[in-house]
This record gives sequence, structure tokens and C-alpha cells, in this order.
Amino acid sequence: MKKTMYEKIWDSHLVVDATGQAPLIYVDRHLMHEVTSPQAFEGLKLSGRKVRNPHSILATMDHCVPTKNRDLPIADPIAKIQIETMAENCRVNGLNLYDMKNPNNGVIHVVVPEHGFVHPGMVVVCGDSHTATHGAFGALAFGIGTSEVEHVMATQTLPQKKSKTMQVVVNGKLSKYASAKDIALAITGKIGTAGGTGYVIEYTGSAIRELSMEGRMTLCNMAIEAGARAGLVAPDEKTYEYLKGREFAPSGQYWDQALAYWKSLPSDEGAVFDATVTLDAADIAPQVSWGTSPEQVVGVDGCVPAPESFADEIKRTACESALAYMGLTANTKITDIPVDLVFIGSCTNGRIEDFRIAAEVTKGTHVAKGVTAIAVPGSYHVKQQAEDEGLDKIFIDAGWEWRDPGCSMCLAMNGDELTKGQRSASTSNRNFEGRQGKGGRTHLVSPAMAAAAASAGHFVDIRNL
Amino acid sequence: MEPYKKHESIAALMNRSNVDTDQIIPKQFLKKVERSGFGVHLFHDWRYNDDGTDNPEFELNKPAFKGARILVAGDNFGCGSSREHAPWAIADYGFNTIISTSYADIFYNNCFKNGILAIKATKDQLDKLMAEISANEGVRFVVDLENQQVITPAGNGFSFDIDPFRKGNLLSGLDDIGLTLKHEDKISQYEQQHKQTYPWLWV
Repeated sequence: MKKTMYEKIWDSHLVVDATGQAPLIYVDRHLMHEVTSPQAFEGLKLSGRKVRNPHSILATMDHCVPTKNRDLPIADPIAKIQIETMAENCRVNGLNLYDMKNPNNGVIHVVVPEHGFVHPGMVVVCGDSHTATHGAFGALAFGIGTSEVEHVMATQTLPQKKSKTMQVVVNGKLSKYASAKDIALAITGKIGTAGGTGYVIEYTGSAIRELSMEGRMTLCNMAIEAGARAGLVAPDEKTYEYLKGREFAPSGQYWDQALAYWKSLPSDEGAVFDATVTLDAADIAPQVSWGTSPEQVVGVDGCVPAPESFADEIKRTACESALAYMGLTANTKITDIPVDLVFIGSCTNGRIEDFRIAAEVTKGTHVAKGVTAIAVPGSYHVKQQAEDEGLDKIFIDAGWEWRDPGCSMCLAMNGDELTKGQRSASTSNRNFEGRQGKGGRTHLVSPAMAAAAASAGHFVDIRNL
Repeated sequence: MEPYKKHESIAALMNRSNVDTDQIIPKQFLKKVERSGFGVHLFHDWRYNDDGTDNPEFELNKPAFKGARILVAGDNFGCGSSREHAPWAIADYGFNTIISTSYADIFYNNCFKNGILAIKATKDQLDKLMAEISANEGVRFVVDLENQQVITPAGNGFSFDIDPFRKGNLLSGLDDIGLTLKHEDKISQYEQQHKQTYPWLWV
């Protein structure tokens, strides 16, 4: 029988499939951060259970950490307790933790690939919905709740319902400055935030093969924004090249053995998907979200839609309330929308490639009057790499703030946030009401689009620069 | 976990779709290291005015919905972040049942881990429930998990489907981890084979 990649990974990880019970699947890698783990450790302790395979876990601190003045004590006492709890839980259980002061520290989904901790064919979980990022390596990676974090620590398995499969085919060539982020936003716009519910998406087509590993991570990262359990890209030479030589990648005699296994993973020719969605990369303009859901997006050459343009009543009502919250008028040109703050960073767009393209657009410009622009590398390694390439200087000379790594304004837990009514151009993944601060208005864009908005003070069509 | 019992309760109406977990429990409340006490922050940014007083415009602040254990909400409830703080807040506030047409995957799983029954209704069934509540705020519905029935005074009730495994766990209040560990021999066996097949993962 011909199998999709998802089915191959599922079958090879099935531990128990008994009637009357959810199938149990084996978990190879478990990623952790400080926000969704403390109650799981508490539960484990109360029930007298132990972490089954400490070597399967890699932990970091990212959500609550300050992105400046790291040498000072954390000002927020509750965040401080959470950070200290994480350190203590990892110490007691013998887990590998990249704490705030560690040179490997950064956003979990940026740090993990840097160290080659996820490989093709693995099952990977984390108490974080953006775990889907690691599907870029051909691993089945998905977010779980805290009860499930505890379950995986205790048993190395998870009861799971098998998902349906969706193939998203993107053929053709992206226009200049259109990126993986724009593909991700365009897909969410096309199928909606519930379009992928119950599915695992596999991204295929020539435009996907063309993407770098960083681009594939950006794309898979936002599979959850389309409602999917996970996103997958079949491994290829780029994947193997990326992994080779990294700390947790197989080496020596094991490399060839692992490689042979990885090459067996891509979906069989003629394997059947439960659904297929097709996009042409050439049609994807740089995207800007205009509303309070990642499906509310439009090309930068478009306008804010009018509620009456939606035939569906639910979408029409959602548009009305989004426009009210966002302080936008229907039919306003996207390029006429001003911004107050620009954020480049997050597990979606906090990698070296993102800062390279943003620096290219920023070089020789200056942040517009009244605009604050912050660049937050996804990890200390990204920060170092950028500094080695002189990118930090380009941002600083242009009036940007060059920060330490963390989730920062993606979810605004660490004090970096919008004030009421402030409008951002943000390379993060969610534009929900209040996501970047109560009353804050978020527009999701690519790093190149964010950089262009910083110097112009409003959105610009970077294809015309 | 408390076993889920048949009950009659006020059904509160939240006629919005795509309610995301950032709204259910905003991020400023995710810094606690305990599971309890999140109910007071449920829907914080919608529920309270800037000065901390109740926002009378917010649906759950209506006096008729006080004490509701059933929440009737629009499509794709619980989308976005995986935070289990969302169902913790919902349960701590007092809800043990949600009725919608659809839920985001992670949120749906999280509900059942916390004794919350998330019922999937058809669009037509949901529309009728919403109309019944709108016409008679404070109306009480009966939810009978054993027989998979929602019963309403105006006769808009229906029977619903649910995975038998999830149903059993809710009714018994059983701990998932304990159930899984009954398969300890199979897990160990799998691990031995895993070490043989993928030795590079164990060095």
C-alpha cells in the first residue's frame, strides 16, 4: 500500500492500538519552556512518577525573559518565580536546559534546529502550538497541553487520534521579496483558521523545494494558524546538509544508517491524501493581515475589505468587529496604513535569513519619525551570526534597537508590548485581539515588509523598492 | 478529576466564532506555576473595563448567565495557542460543558483532560440552541453524557457523538497516565526495538 509521509511516521511510532482506546504513539523528542511545564512537573511529583527518558528532553527559557538588561534581576516577581521553577525542575530531573545566561539560549523553536535535536521521521512534542515548526525536517511535530506534557514525561507516549492528511501544493516561482511567510499567510487566508482542523498538512511543489530550511521552518510554524495539527516538508539534500555536523545529529557510523532511513520517508508516488489545496507561488504578493485573525490577510497591493464583500454571515460579522478593533476603515489602501512599532523576531521569523533580508531592506535608511523598531534575534547564536556579518550595525545605524533573544513581542509576556491603540508591523504569527498588549493592533508581515514599513512609517509594496 | 455526572444548568450564550485562547486567558496570566485560580481571569480583556470593573456589555456578565455550567459558543472555539490555562480557567470559572460546531484540536484535547465535556453540534442544532437562549436568557439545559443527550425545555435537544474512550474517562474521572502505564510492557518492548532500529537516537 502506498503511504504518505505522515502515515509512515505514524505507523513506525504506534506502540499500542487496542480497541476502545486511543492509539498510543511513541515520542522521540520533547521540547520545553517555562510557561507550559511547571504544572506538569508538579503533577509528576505529586503522583510519585519520574521522567522516563531525560535525554529526550531539551528545555529553554524564552516566553518571559527580558530582551534587554539581562544582567539585572527580572523585574516581574511572578515571571521570576516561573524562571526559577523551570531551573529547579530541570536540575532535579537531570534535564538539558539552556537557561537565560546560557550561550545556547533562545526561542525553543529556533534553538532546537540549531543543535540538530530534531531529525526526519521523529515524533516531536512541546507544550507550545508552534512546535509545528519542526515539520520542516520531515518530523511529525505538534503542540500539546500541560497534562500531555506530564503524560509524555511519565510514559514517553501519548494517546492520539490519527489525523487526516492534506496536501498543500505550491508550484511556481515567488516574486522578488515574497517569502515563506507570505506563502504561510496566503494559505491561511485561503483555507481559514479552521481549514486544517483534523489534518496534518504536507507541503509539496516546486516553490516548497526552493525554500531554504529557515523558510520551511517559517512555513510549517504557521500550519497551526490554519488549524492543522502539524505541517510537514519531505526531507531532501537541503535537510541533510543542514543537519550534518550539528551537536545532536547522528555522526560517524550512524550517519549513513540514519540517512538511509530518512530517504525512505517521503510520501510514496501516488499516495492518496484526504484533501488537496493548490496555490501558484507567482500569484502570492507580500501579505499583510488587516484583522484580528491570521486568515484576515490581503496582498500589500490590496485594500482593507468591506464587511459587505463577504457573502458568509460569520465572516461578515468577524470583519466588522475586526475593523472596529483595528481602527480601520473599509477600502483603505494597505499602503496607507501607518505603523507605530515594528517587530522582527519570534519562532516564525527570528532566524538568520530573516535578519539578512530585513538588513538588506534597511541598509541606508532610517526609522521614520515616531516609529519604534526592535530587532529580537531568535537565539544567541542567531545574534552572534548576525553580528559577525555586521547586520546589527545596519539596524543600529538605521535607528533600530538590537535586543537579546526571546519570544518578546510575539506574545508580549516579558514586558515588550504595545500600548492601547498602538499599531505594529510584526513578523510574528498571531494578530488576535490583545496578543501584543491590550488594545494593541497587530499586522502580520514578512521581515522584508516589516523593515520597509519601519523606514516609511507605513506599509509599502517592497516589490517596487 | 471529578467524574462527569448528568446535570441541569443555566446555558450561557457566546455568539462569536473563532474565540481564541488568547481571549479565553490573556498571556499576562500565564506566569503562575499552579493549575488553580485562573477562573477570575477568564476572558479578562473582554470581561473587565480598564478600571477593573465588570464590563456590562460582555455576555457572561449578564445576571441571567450567572452560575452557568454550560457554554454555548460559535464555530472553531479555542483556536490558537496550546495553553492549557484556557480550559483550567473555563473549569475554574464553573463551566463543565461547551457546545459548539467545532473546536481547535489542541484545545479540544485539553478540555477532556480537565473534566470538560466539549460537545460537537451541527450548525442547525447550534442555531436552535442559540435562538432558544436568546429568547429566554437564563434557560436551563440538561446534559446527559451517559446517554449522549442534550435536553432543552423548548425541545431543541439532540443526541451527540463522542469518542467512547473520552466518554469513559469523563464518566469515571480516570487519570490518563495510569491507563497508559497499564501498557508498560508494550512501551518497554517498543523501546528495545527502537534502540535497535534507530541506535543514533540513544547515543
